[in-house]
Amino acid sequence: MTSAETEIIFKLNGREVCLKVPVTMKTLAMLRDKLGLTGTKYACGEGECGACTINVDGKTVNSCLMYAVDCDGREVVTIEGLRTPDGLHPVQQAFVDHGAVQCGFCMPGMIMQAQYLLENNPGLSREQARRGLEGNLCRCTGYTKVLDAVEALVDRSKCAAAAGRAAS
Amino acid sequence: MDKNASPPPIAKTTLIGQRIKKPDAADKASGKTRYINDMVLPQMLIGKVLFAGRPHARIARIDTAAAQALPGVHAVLTGKDVAGLKFGFVRDNVALKDKVRCEHDEIAAVAAETEEIAARALELIQVEYEDLPGVFTPEAGAREGAPQIHDNFPGNKSLSFEFKHGDLAAAEAASDVIVDSVFRPHHVTHCCMGTSCAIADFDHNGKLTIWTQTQYPYNYKMDLAPALGISPGDIRVIQPPVGGAFGSKLDVYPYEPIAALLARKTGRPVKVLYSREEEFKAAPTRQAAIIHMRTGCTRDGVLTFRSADVLLDNGAYTSWGPTIPVIMMRTTSGHYRVPVVDFKAQAIYTNNPYAGSFRGYGNVQTTYATAQQMDMLADMVDMDPLEFHLKNAQKSGEVTPQKSFLRECALAQCLEIAAKASGYSRKRKEYAALRDAPGRHKKGIGLASSIHNAGGAKIHKSDGIGTILKVDDYARVTVITGASEIGQGIDAVITLIVAEELGVPLEHVTIVNNDSDIAPWDVGVHASRTTFIAGNGTRRAARKAKVQILNAAGKMLQERAEDLDLRGGSVVRDRDGAPLIKLDRLLRQMHFQAEPELVMVTDYYEPRSEPEGAKHISDHSAAYSHAVHVAEITVDTLTGEIKVDKVTVAQDVGRVINRMGLEGQIEGGVAMGLGYALSENMRIVDGMLTNSCFRDYKLITAPEMPPLDLHFIESNCAEGPYGAKGVSELPTIVIAPAIANALYNATGVRIFNPPMSPETVARAIHERRAQAAGDRAASQAEGLTV
Repeated sequence: MTSAETEIIFKLNGREVCLKVPVTMKTLAMLRDKLGLTGTKYACGEGECGACTINVDGKTVNSCLMYAVDCDGREVVTIEGLRTPDGLHPVQQAFVDHGAVQCGFCMPGMIMQAQYLLENNPGLSREQARRGLEGNLCRCTGYTKVLDAVEALVDRSKCAAAAGRAAS
Repeated sequence: MDKNASPPPIAKTTLIGQRIKKPDAADKASGKTRYINDMVLPQMLIGKVLFAGRPHARIARIDTAAAQALPGVHAVLTGKDVAGLKFGFVRDNVALKDKVRCEHDEIAAVAAETEEIAARALELIQVEYEDLPGVFTPEAGAREGAPQIHDNFPGNKSLSFEFKHGDLAAAEAASDVIVDSVFRPHHVTHCCMGTSCAIADFDHNGKLTIWTQTQYPYNYKMDLAPALGISPGDIRVIQPPVGGAFGSKLDVYPYEPIAALLARKTGRPVKVLYSREEEFKAAPTRQAAIIHMRTGCTRDGVLTFRSADVLLDNGAYTSWGPTIPVIMMRTTSGHYRVPVVDFKAQAIYTNNPYAGSFRGYGNVQTTYATAQQMDMLADMVDMDPLEFHLKNAQKSGEVTPQKSFLRECALAQCLEIAAKASGYSRKRKEYAALRDAPGRHKKGIGLASSIHNAGGAKIHKSDGIGTILKVDDYARVTVITGASEIGQGIDAVITLIVAEELGVPLEHVTIVNNDSDIAPWDVGVHASRTTFIAGNGTRRAARKAKVQILNAAGKMLQERAEDLDLRGGSVVRDRDGAPLIKLDRLLRQMHFQAEPELVMVTDYYEPRSEPEGAKHISDHSAAYSHAVHVAEITVDTLTGEIKVDKVTVAQDVGRVINRMGLEGQIEGGVAMGLGYALSENMRIVDGMLTNSCFRDYKLITAPEMPPLDLHFIESNCAEGPYGAKGVSELPTIVIAPAIANALYNATGVRIFNPPMSPETVARAIHERRAQAAGDRAASQAEGLTV
């Protein structure tokens, strides 16, 4: 019954991690059960709801569909890794400030996806945000306040990108 | 710094109606919150359930020997372990079954070291079934000679309800127009993002601690106890954060006693957590029903009567689902001024999944009927629906035939504001005129309203709440309350009220509300009661604390207590806001003086509502409220797809408390109602659910969510906290018939069997066109023969 294990080394939330995982284990199970990172949620296990969204090498992934062994050599960021030394990441803070969090269960995945969308298109429109968040189900909020939170960040992330370019 | 300069005055401000953040939002957004689904206890075993996977069968033989023998398995339980331990609303359920009555019947359960071992153990259990003919619709179940599902419920009859008021025959005779239709609302399910979960642990004194998602912790003890054969007093309920509830956690479901039974057997904590597929199959549904409704009115648009004959699909067991006629009849009798009412409902056992309570509680189904019939009648007497609605709208002070006292009634205002803001009357005419014009895409606008409880429902002997409030030496306030937080935001409301009353910062308020050994009684999150009931409880407790603090301050400062106030963390002179002493300093002085006192107060609040009673004639809620939705849609007449372009909402909220939370409840409620209206549908074929995943069971996603135009009407409810009413169910109730009425406006078709899925809508449009073409051909043929 026990499946073969293999050792993987990858970067998790900025730190190098080395561990043995069963070859059949999904990334979601590794994060939650092996590493105690329970911020990433199980809600369907089939890539249909987005609650387990993480960022791998700059792209968002349903961690319930990705084998843990495929993390080897890659850079993985989970909701816990968004936190900055000053506290919440601006996307997390915007979700709090705009009342986007009710039961909150889908929010780690939703925030990971929102952060990805904003990073890759700092000037995105509300319509683009709607499309970009289509794969993240929420049963509480009706998405309105989620979109409000994303929209509030649109200008600021543009500014941040511009400031970054000016400094370099 | 000038030591003599007096500190600046602190002006009186209010938090009521402001936008405040949910206290738990930051932890939730950062992934720090530990939901029940995330919890792991030392020595914890994993419990798994073997489901029958067939709708109706006798169990001929069950062999668990191989499962028992599997290394890592600690317990295997079957029906014989729970003989006699009946639970449920009519004691027709048991944690593990000796006969199969629905697909998800729990046949055996195992506790093992890991989930993999538990799953393997389930595979090793051998069960021989003898399948029985099933009953899959309430009509079939009610038929003579139908297979009987429970031995002690002849005719498959579960609960029945009746309410009559006035002379129906006379009212029918006095009607110029009668609309008569049969609505068939469908099965949907809650789809909480956090799947069902319970963790149970027994101590050596026989006391059970259960970590659960329940939204009614105190009655939960009462309902769980008979499934285990223990006293409710020996159950401690702990409520960790949950991933949604929406009414689904307002009863005990078998996985909870199963976790407890496994824990008792093994002496170790046991966790049962459903997969999404299990959740779809085993979680409760919203009740499917057949509603035969008739409504009459006079030529000039005055309602004369409403009758409803309801057949409910009970499913295999009786949870709260079959009790929904309690609310269905309030809507039948109270949605607009209805002088004569005839309501009856019968729930029939079937071999389908069974219903629990679900946000909107029977009113989603009923308003789908009443609000469409209002639209149909307006059409038949050739009136603008708005005018028709206004003509029949109750006013403040009116009493419904069931004696719901509409103390503050803002229905007419809601109608006028929603219609005006959306341009309803003009657009309705415009779109109706274009209905049969060429063009694939048709626009439509529809208006619907409803009435719902907005201050609880006294279906138990009490609808009250206990509150304990303490203020410590640092002026930090702790509120110990029975009010459960399930994501709806009562934490923000309680925080806001404490800060309002005691003048302390929001972040200095802590809430303890998740342990039945600590927090006092509450009836639970239902009937749009929590802001109303817990809001009042919190306010009363805070005011008692304030009196104690100001009396002590008065004595110490030699001022009259009534001349003082609490603002900005200080005791101030009420008149000019001059700060006299910091609150924390005062509290320490109170505590450490010669005659010491601590600030710790208790309050029990019982609303003035009346018990429901067997006759259903009582003012059973402390408040009632109305909402009006106007939906604007575009229909693709080829594919039948409905796009909702905009929804205008006008709702009587009594008074806005936390504006951000209020908006969130309405937005989320509308989204849930949109799913009900357009896409969500449990496809149950001969008792078997065929779409147990999000791919096939379609929730509303971000692109489908229309912009909302929200209007809050503040009717200032005399009994509500600061005038507030409960808000959270109406948004889910009203949207579906608003869309149905818009669909009629756009295309001339009505859907009596929701959801208004593309397939259903396209078929209806096609049939209407075929009928029209047939009529034309017939009249042409007639023309030829003349």
